[in-house]
Amino acid sequence: MQYLPNILFVIALAAGVGFFVLNIKKLIRNIKLGRDEDRNDNKPQRWKNMAKIALGQYKMVRRPVSGIVHVLVYLGFVIINLEVLEIIIDGIFGTHRIFSFLGGFYDFLIAVFEIFALLVLVGVIIFWIRRNILHIKRFLNREMKGWPKLDANLILYFEVVLMVLFLTMNAADLTLQTKGAAHYASASGIIGSFPVSQFIAPLFENLSISTLILIERTSWWIHILGILVFLNYLYYSKHLHILLAFPNTYFARLKPQGQFDNLEAVTNEVKLMMDPDADPYAMPEEGAEDEVPAKFGASEATDLSWVQLLNAYTCTECGRCTSECPANQTGKKLSPRRIMMATRDRIEDIGKNIDANKGSFKEDGKQLLDDYISREELWACTTCNACVEACPVGINPLSIIMDMRQYLVMEQSAAPTDLNNAMTNIENNAAPWPFNQMDRANWINEN
Amino acid sequence: MAEAIKVPTMAEYMAQGKSPEVLFWVGCAGSFDDRAKKITKAFVKLLAKAGVDFAVLGTEESCTGDPAKRAGNEFLFQMQAVTNIEVLNGYEVKKIVTACPHCFNTIANEYPGLGGNYEVLHHTQFLKALIEEGRLTVEGGKFKGKRITFHDPCYLARANRIYEAPRDLLKKLEVELIEMKRCKTKGFCCGAGGAQMFKEPEPGTKDVNIERTEEALETKPEVIAAGCPFCNTMMTDGVKNKEQENKVEVLDIAEMIASAEDL
Repeated sequence: MQYLPNILFVIALAAGVGFFVLNIKKLIRNIKLGRDEDRNDNKPQRWKNMAKIALGQYKMVRRPVSGIVHVLVYLGFVIINLEVLEIIIDGIFGTHRIFSFLGGFYDFLIAVFEIFALLVLVGVIIFWIRRNILHIKRFLNREMKGWPKLDANLILYFEVVLMVLFLTMNAADLTLQTKGAAHYASASGIIGSFPVSQFIAPLFENLSISTLILIERTSWWIHILGILVFLNYLYYSKHLHILLAFPNTYFARLKPQGQFDNLEAVTNEVKLMMDPDADPYAMPEEGAEDEVPAKFGASEATDLSWVQLLNAYTCTECGRCTSECPANQTGKKLSPRRIMMATRDRIEDIGKNIDANKGSFKEDGKQLLDDYISREELWACTTCNACVEACPVGINPLSIIMDMRQYLVMEQSAAPTDLNNAMTNIENNAAPWPFNQMDRANWINEN
Repeated sequence: MAEAIKVPTMAEYMAQGKSPEVLFWVGCAGSFDDRAKKITKAFVKLLAKAGVDFAVLGTEESCTGDPAKRAGNEFLFQMQAVTNIEVLNGYEVKKIVTACPHCFNTIANEYPGLGGNYEVLHHTQFLKALIEEGRLTVEGGKFKGKRITFHDPCYLARANRIYEAPRDLLKKLEVELIEMKRCKTKGFCCGAGGAQMFKEPEPGTKDVNIERTEEALETKPEVIAAGCPFCNTMMTDGVKNKEQENKVEVLDIAEMIASAEDL
């Protein structure tokens, strides 16, 4: 029976990691529902962007308050996860602080973990205040009501609980070591250095060894189980960005923001139209039909590319895009953040549909256009790229807006009337206004 | 205009068996819009003063397709692009300058994929180069010491990372440049981009150009400097809406240089 905790731990760990792996597989499957797009060019630049933007948080600090607090929480998260490695080994083998053989360096590490745990705690409280007490506009848009707001707060509560448990565990451990409790105390003195939890330890002074062990073990167990639960919460949450920010910055566009991709299918048709030798009645070449896309632009999440779907899963709903969007800031319905959230909602619904129908999608009478993203939102965009520039992890909401506009115009001829007039003018007289092309040089002789 | 400046066309150059140093891409606004035509003329005066050997396409020019593309009409865009590329390649054009950031962006970034490869410059970049080469001299003149704010055109600034060329020119004019809170990477759109110029705005609480004009007016400028004919229209409308047109001028940087030089 003495191995019961070890066995329970291994089962919990396997279940936690196993379920997470299942969800990640589902995530990758969903992202791959998007159409193909090559983002493997210029790898050195891509690695550089990932190092700078995701790892280095370079764009986060453009907004100093939220940026610097985020850097603290991020560093804390990364660094304290080193401690999780020790917790896992201790859990499997029933050891106590397995890495303590590192001696002075171990003391240093534990001290660093404690300081970061405190910083994370402070950071998370600042974040909570910003979200719930200070009326920061970008947290109050209409898309932030309900689940997105709860999700954001749940993440913060999770982190508070984990950090408090970590420090409580250390405080109880320190007290046990001081009291010379078996299994905890070492002949070589106190293991670890506890710059933060030493201030909690006095609260435990008068407790019995068995109560202290109960506190230490309970904190230890809830802490690690909490981490496993949090790991599995990611897939259902905007917090997925802690993983996806890395691939997302790697695969982000490298071209100038003003350059919109030319649709190759259109190029082929245009070239055919412009070629005087082309025979429009010629039999299509073998296999040529396959090259013609089913539709131009996007009306459904699966018409988008996998990069755009990765973007949607990466979005952590910070709203920096929306807070810089000229349409949103002047009261239009468009919010680039909502474009990303709606895209994720849709591809999630498609994924669930596929799971529920034994691997194939069953028509549900819905699509991304109209059911998730309205035309009014799409037509409010000025294509100014402010959202793209603002995103700290390289998400491109504009590309989705453009693909959906292409569907509206090229598949449905559903542009606003004024735009149709401008486009007719371009077609007829090569300018968006109804002026004769032959008058184009008149300015030369006007005074 | 004191005297008519000769503006040759590519066809005329070709007839003489010559090719100019640079093609001036006028654009639809620059050709047809009364306000933008003034920018075109100011720029032409500067080209003439610097002795630049330039030509225009004249009636052979047609819309780059930018508004069609941003509206989602890729067919129309590519038809326009392919037509223009055929004309440009026919004249063996190597270098293009334009006063419109939308034409600039489209020709520089979106034409190469369709077979149109040119060196493309925005007129502020071109003017800056002329000054650096000593072909054009600029002194403060009437703008010296004046409070001026510069509105970044999205398709020049964020879209193509050109922030300094227009500001360098303003420095040459020895103005007191007051930046708006949202400038450069954070520049706030005038509201015309993405083919919005040609449609009514979607319902909202305010028009984008009013929001931007208010921000510009907060700097208490005597001139709002622009580098795009569409931004110019939007800001001019905004200033009129705020009934400030008697106090605040909206001018293209080329117009400012030309009028500082009393051309």
